[in-house]
Amino acid sequence: MWLWFHKLGSPKYFYDLSGKFLPWFGWLTLILMLVGTYWGLVLAPADYQQGDSYRIIYVHVPAAWMSLFVYMVMATAGAVGLIWKMKMADVVASCSAPLGAAFTFLALITGSLWGKPMWGTYWVWDARLTSELILLFLYLGFMGLEAAIDDKRTAANACAVLALVGVVNIPIIHYSVEWWNTLHQGSTVARMDKPAMDTNMLIPLLLMWLGFMFYYGTTLFMRARNEVLHRERDTTWVKDMVTES
Amino acid sequence: MSETSLRSAFFTVLKRDLTLAYRTRTEMFNPLLFFIIVISLFPLAVSPDPKVLQSLAPGVIWVAALLATLLSLDSMFRSDFDDGALEQMLLSVHPVSVIVLGKVLAHWMVTGIPLLVLSPLLAVLMHMPTDSIPALMITLALGGPILSLVGAIGVALTVGLRRGGVLLSLLILPLYIPVLIFAANAVSNAAAGLPIAGQLYFLGALLALALTLAPIATAAALRISLR
Repeated sequence: MWLWFHKLGSPKYFYDLSGKFLPWFGWLTLILMLVGTYWGLVLAPADYQQGDSYRIIYVHVPAAWMSLFVYMVMATAGAVGLIWKMKMADVVASCSAPLGAAFTFLALITGSLWGKPMWGTYWVWDARLTSELILLFLYLGFMGLEAAIDDKRTAANACAVLALVGVVNIPIIHYSVEWWNTLHQGSTVARMDKPAMDTNMLIPLLLMWLGFMFYYGTTLFMRARNEVLHRERDTTWVKDMVTES
Repeated sequence: MSETSLRSAFFTVLKRDLTLAYRTRTEMFNPLLFFIIVISLFPLAVSPDPKVLQSLAPGVIWVAALLATLLSLDSMFRSDFDDGALEQMLLSVHPVSVIVLGKVLAHWMVTGIPLLVLSPLLAVLMHMPTDSIPALMITLALGGPILSLVGAIGVALTVGLRRGGVLLSLLILPLYIPVLIFAANAVSNAAAGLPIAGQLYFLGALLALALTLAPIATAAALRISLR
């Protein structure tokens, strides 16, 4: 386990391994998303109250889950980078930030598009919406700080500290705005008893979520491989690879 | 250096920063003036109607206090960074977090307390009911140190950058939001005659959290910035 962990920290090993995984991840993304979209948009029954417009959850909910998941990945990678000084962790954190920001933005946009016909407004200062917006600001702050520091290593460490401070803040923001004001509906999937959702609606949602996960994996690997080549451009293995091809 | 105790190191830093602030008194007043001017803009821009001002007052005073703190933050480590004193502090035998705590306390005493003292005057200008003025002062007393403590993390991260000012606000403002929500909510509730104990407990909890964790994060950020 530890050996594997250390090996993964080596850019060359990561580059080779991710190259093997990448096509699998790509195809899985495509298949899961196609099946999920077809099931969600065509096969799943319409909602008895909202009609067909509820179907936006097949994009909205996975995007919102991903926005939090990516932040946790980013913060964990940041902590690993700070503690064990692993180069790859820095790369993963820095490549995750724009993806997480994109997921957050997607969740906000799809939510406001759904809000217009359902709530009669594009935006309300509700708990979920506000904390999601602040999450977007945290991502943008992370990216801004990273862009402002020239030295990659220093930038990665500074961003890691910021991401970890943000982790402490996320639950606080979430609950503070929840007590302050709320309109967004409660959770229907992650409950202790059984989900308050028809199985025929739930399965495509979970498929889409898996699709989003693999999409994140695919794009993360693609970005990280690029970044690794860029950062390691002076090493022999990159030079060898370029001259070979 | 190794003979000084932790306590004396803390108080030396505190005293030094307070002396420095006293020597440059005019700079000290700038955030305060900013605080007053920003608040006085609202009656001019929105409406001089006492009812409107009364409902806006808690939020406006708190947002202005937050921005004034943000403006004053840059001075916390800037001059020490420029003349190398900060590096010496990092090299000292004492934990950096304790030294940071001394500097943050000095910052709060120089900017936070004057804001606190001025706030009743501004509350009167904004037609806030007299009953809610103590609530405003309590929230500023509890929330002000949080602003300085959390701000220190942001300053420590950006101190090495040439143009860190705008970036600092981008990093710090999202982190200030919980304080703003609880504090402004407490003051509004006090004005409406509702209990505010819950919000004050939360501000106290946030203060305890910031007091214990923020100096550590700031120390880590300073080490990174000064590498």
